[in-house]
Amino acid sequence: MAFGAAAVANGFSVLQACLLSLLTFSGASQFAVVGVIGAGGSSMSAIATASLLGTRNALYGVIMAPRLRVRGFKRIVAAQVTIDESTGVALGQEPRGIDAVKKGFWYTGFGVFIFWNLFTLAGALGAQAMGDVRSFGLDSAVPAAFLGLVWPRLTTRSERLLAIACAVFAVAVTPILPAGLPIIATAFIAIAVGLRR
Amino acid sequence: MTTFWIATLGTSAIAFALKYSGHSVPERWLSHPKIQRINALIPIALLSALVSVQSFTDKTALVIDQRIVGLAVAITALLLKAPFPIVVISAAVSSALVYNWF
Repeated sequence: MAFGAAAVANGFSVLQACLLSLLTFSGASQFAVVGVIGAGGSSMSAIATASLLGTRNALYGVIMAPRLRVRGFKRIVAAQVTIDESTGVALGQEPRGIDAVKKGFWYTGFGVFIFWNLFTLAGALGAQAMGDVRSFGLDSAVPAAFLGLVWPRLTTRSERLLAIACAVFAVAVTPILPAGLPIIATAFIAIAVGLRR
Repeated sequence: MTTFWIATLGTSAIAFALKYSGHSVPERWLSHPKIQRINALIPIALLSALVSVQSFTDKTALVIDQRIVGLAVAITALLLKAPFPIVVISAAVSSALVYNWF
């Protein structure tokens, strides 16, 4: 719901919001496209930011492929529903055997896909009917969604420090860098930290 | 094509390519510990930057407005272990109240 509303609040059409949920189908990436464009960024910086966030789905694919063992059309469908939730649930079923892993992946993947898309449509239509989105607090819903997405990932002290450093850095360089770049630039901080440790 | 269409379709194409490539490469390619670590850190960096940029900037200007209230409420909700929809809704409601009353 929040995504559909946020997309429309940032100038996307209802159709574009729904296509993002159907085709991109990765919450963080979708919010990133909408957020970067909403902040005045170019389509290229929006795509780059969203794609960097999408790289983790590639890694999930690597983890899931040997467990699912699917080919052809089934592999295409499996790829599309490879997200945080389906991978997480599937791996959580690991102690119960490979059939439970597969079941967990497919049920979660399809379940989230259906509800995510229905709620996107509802949110987009709702926001379209609103007019001034600020009087409904939608300008705060987007950063709150990002915060909700990053919060569970902050498990260690160094991860929390990285989060704060990147948040401060991005705001600090916003007046001097073209829109969208302050966000992508923080990916390089993450890479530098990852290589060093 | 408008910026919005390019962003929508470009993101979708790359998102699927990334997912599909993961299912198609040999497992050892991406199993290096440094790659794994960077892969975990990149979302943290980008999402944190998006939180602050979406809360404290307007185009290229730094601003403090009703969104700071929404952010504070969202942090409080997360500290109280509220589920995701509650975090988003409570931030929106508090921000809307401030925007409409002041």
